[in-house]
Amino acid sequence: MNVFERILARASGLREVSAGDYVTAKVDLAMFHDLTGPLAINAFREIGVEKVWDPEKIVVVFDHLIPANTVETAELHKQVRSFVKQQGIKHFYDVGRGGVCHQVVVENGHVKPGDLVVGADSHTCTYGAVGAFATGVGSTDMAAALATGELWFKVPAAIKVEAKGVFGKYVTAKDLILKVIGELTSDGASYMGLEFTGDAVQRMSVDGRMTLCNMAVEAGAKAGLVPPDEVTVKYLGLRGFNPELFDEGDALYERVLHVDVEGLQPQVAVPPHVDDVKPVSEVRGTPVDQVFIGSCTNGRIEDLRVAAEIMKGRKVHKDVRAIIIPASNKVFLQALNEGLVETFLEAGAVVANPNCGPCLGGHMGLLASGETCLSTSNRNFIGRMGSSKARIYLASPATAAATALKGRITDPRELEG
Amino acid sequence: MILEGECVKLGNDVDTDVILPGKYLTVTDFHELGRHALEGLTPGFAEVAGRGVIVAAGLNFGCGSSREHAAIALKYSGVRAVVAESFARIFYRNAFNVGLPAVECRGIHRLVENGDRLTLDLNRGLVKNLRTSVELRFNPIPSFMLAMLEEGGLIPYLKRRLTGEHPHPERP
Repeated sequence: MNVFERILARASGLREVSAGDYVTAKVDLAMFHDLTGPLAINAFREIGVEKVWDPEKIVVVFDHLIPANTVETAELHKQVRSFVKQQGIKHFYDVGRGGVCHQVVVENGHVKPGDLVVGADSHTCTYGAVGAFATGVGSTDMAAALATGELWFKVPAAIKVEAKGVFGKYVTAKDLILKVIGELTSDGASYMGLEFTGDAVQRMSVDGRMTLCNMAVEAGAKAGLVPPDEVTVKYLGLRGFNPELFDEGDALYERVLHVDVEGLQPQVAVPPHVDDVKPVSEVRGTPVDQVFIGSCTNGRIEDLRVAAEIMKGRKVHKDVRAIIIPASNKVFLQALNEGLVETFLEAGAVVANPNCGPCLGGHMGLLASGETCLSTSNRNFIGRMGSSKARIYLASPATAAATALKGRITDPRELEG
Repeated sequence: MILEGECVKLGNDVDTDVILPGKYLTVTDFHELGRHALEGLTPGFAEVAGRGVIVAAGLNFGCGSSREHAAIALKYSGVRAVVAESFARIFYRNAFNVGLPAVECRGIHRLVENGDRLTLDLNRGLVKNLRTSVELRFNPIPSFMLAMLEEGGLIPYLKRRLTGEHPHPERP
């Protein structure tokens, strides 16, 4: 069995399952946020169950529209808060307490290797960075999970991505995952699990591994996963994990993709498709109006550090708005302590409270028609960040920082030193 | 279950951001969501959909965000079913969960033009273009998912199951 089959077998109490089987499995954690929560709560109420299956195994995070941007949003927040209170849900991260849901779940140790997690957000696959099988579901599925603690799953086949070599300066996990999505295409891993292995991944911190797993869904994958190791154990402060779940042994893979990161250029996804990926040299010089550094993909401390290193002592180009949003309060505080926030403010960037920001086109820097944005987030679809006539390029925090300074898409390696 | 409707043809990778832009995610009135369905990609879609349509799309329909609002918006705009070469998995589940039939049918994109009248027989796995009389087969919908559609979605279905009026879902 591959790692996804092993985890689903464990969670459904079966000795063996194989790709294509349908199983009903118990979930270890369910997560929802301020925008998918209200629909899930309404559906939960309609089922007619009084209490959630386990108030300790539910995490609720406000992140999509915080603080509330409109009265409508405030009403939704009020509704979710009251549900949390009424149900005695233990892990609730309100405005100012957490940040972007996926960062909050991982950094607070709500998931561990081998867990089965569902989240009412497509980027729930991020938790694969610490060896969990985590997948996004809609609000009605979330309601069913809240009511029963279980859900039906189709067991996915797996694709293995084996990344070897040492990254060059200012080339990062984001460039690797964009390269992989370009190879696989936006539905190349549909219904499948993406397992990331190889020495380039093993050398990565949990921050970088989260960036990899986060974008697994952009290739259509059900989950992304990095087999846990010493890095995982140390990050989560664990004593260990069940190695049997991650024993590759007889695993079968639909496909194995080999990537050598040695000599990999910074990568850019060109609008409006996430899988239209080009080396930065091919889009270099494209003028931008806005740069966004943040989101569940790239708002972590390592991301802010590399951006600050490039921006230190320099100024954001006069025609560019640079918006920087740390992924959580913990990240924000660390960035403050390390002097990164000072660097950003002196450069002329906006640093906002931890939240999803303009990534999903909710608030905090929407785009007007005809404008171009380079963003470290995960989707460049038409209308994603505002006007349906705006264009979005996706890239790493290093490329974003360099682009903010120059006002045009720039290879960060040009600014080295 | 047999459905009929006018065909609206769409391309590959129709994502949930174009099906329902993020700015409408705070809207709680489902009919209001329906009025904004696909407005970024096909302005005026809701007007056409109001006549009762079947969307015929290419590969990877519904990719992107997990927002169930996308499936709800299509359903309440008047879409009776979506037939596509393939679906993104979260949208596929959401569609059934809200009672919107989603049919994976290889070859559908070449079979139809905008404005054709289509019939869909979900039990037999048959789609027919009434203009050309050409038929295509697809894998019939698993019986527990059909049951879910007939009940109007997962919630009414689950309600019945939890109150003991309905058997446990069979595996397809």
